Amino acid sequence: MNIFTSIGRYILFMRGLLSRPERFSVFWERTLHEMTAIGVGSLGIVAAISLSVGAVTTLQTAYQLVSGIVQRSIISTILRDSTILELAPTITCLVLAGKVGANIASELGNMSVSEQIDALDVMGVNSSSYLVLPKIVAGVLVIPLLIIVAMAMGIIGGYWAGVMGGAITPRDFTEGILDDFRGFTVVFSFIKTITFAFLITSISSFHGYYTRGGALEVGRSGTKAVVYSCVGILFSDFILAQMLLEN
Amino acid sequence: MIEIKNIYKSFNDKYVLENVSAVFEKGKTNLVIGASGSGKSVLMKCLVGLTDIDQGQILYDNRDFANLDYEAKKEVRREIGMLFQGAALFDSLSVEENVGFPLKMFSKMSKSEQMDRVNFCLKCVNLENANKKFPSEISGGMKKRVGIARAIALNPEYLFCDEPNSGLDPLTSRVIDELIKEITEEFSITTIINSHDMKTVMDLGDTICFIHKGIMWWQGNNTQIMNSGNPELDTFLKAYLF
Repeated sequence: MNIFTSIGRYILFMRGLLSRPERFSVFWERTLHEMTAIGVGSLGIVAAISLSVGAVTTLQTAYQLVSGIVQRSIISTILRDSTILELAPTITCLVLAGKVGANIASELGNMSVSEQIDALDVMGVNSSSYLVLPKIVAGVLVIPLLIIVAMAMGIIGGYWAGVMGGAITPRDFTEGILDDFRGFTVVFSFIKTITFAFLITSISSFHGYYTRGGALEVGRSGTKAVVYSCVGILFSDFILAQMLLEN
Repeated sequence: MIEIKNIYKSFNDKYVLENVSAVFEKGKTNLVIGASGSGKSVLMKCLVGLTDIDQGQILYDNRDFANLDYEAKKEVRREIGMLFQGAALFDSLSVEENVGFPLKMFSKMSKSEQMDRVNFCLKCVNLENANKKFPSEISGGMKKRVGIARAIALNPEYLFCDEPNSGLDPLTSRVIDELIKEITEEFSITTIINSHDMKTVMDLGDTICFIHKGIMWWQGNNTQIMNSGNPELDTFLKAYLF
């Protein structure tokens, strides 16, 4: 199957999700379930990674600022902007592509090869809408909340590493965090996050839903889901930065 | 009653079903037999609408299923129950949630009415103490019985069973066969079974259709099958009986 056929099938798949949705109560119940699975299930890893990335960013920025002319508060300003603009949304979503994406693809892939999706279709349930739409909606709602946690943990990690390591004083850190803050960076970060969340959940669902064969193919679908989600994230990251960030 | 008329189905320009016609009667167990790769699973997928046919008609009590719009097809699907080869139970749901799933999706029953119906269906398949178990915690035979219970939950008019005995020991196979026969007769369902288990064929075959290389070679019943005079069917029977 070439790339154009895959893109065409993906578009038809997305259209199918919205064409004949199931009852709202059923949809909402499933969405809440998926929000718990994606959100609560990923909270620990998101917090740990963000803490670590924030700490490392602070130490490496401090290491490169050898000049005594530059104020030390610039370290936390750089940490703040890089965390909000890039590290929290992009790194976290790349991690989630691995965790949530592989999970979605293998769950749907397993359902497909064990005829559970056929069972839904025979009953007259719109299987793609029933199984996939709640995952996409849950992802788009809950991943931005995880990004807020990632931003906070990144800055906490940076503070902890910077102050404990003696690279910056608490006063300089606070001053740098507050200095020349632009609210649009947060808006831009959420636009990115929502786009990434949609890509992770929809691409992974697409690969899982169309799995045919057996256990080997389920594994391959998981791999494809992660790879294509990561490529989608990085590509759209560039496009959004080009479109929305003014020089 | 389900009637199929001149069905054609191809994959990549190769016909897997060619001019297949048959009548499956109400209140009877209708068997479709044939070797692996003969086209019987494709025929069943076409009948339940999982695969579109190229040509022909599938008439569910004179409703042309293949040419109905989505909503009308959905109505017919509510009258269909299906037992899949591997039972196809939903892994994340317990036995009672699996059986209650069609009721939750399509009926207007209250929760207690749904529960009563679930318990009734599980009683029909002699599985009354497994409500809270998950599919991973029950045996293959039990999974098939839960599959049957789920299939009959909405009082179907038509029941499809794809290789109901595959992977089961002979004793459990007979239990499943008897269950299908009892349910078919008691609720007057049009039942279609894909099988190559000759014991099932001889016990349940009110109507038997023999498919070979995508072509319907013979249709009769279990009293006629041994004297069909059809060389392809005789070869098939010899392979299974001797």
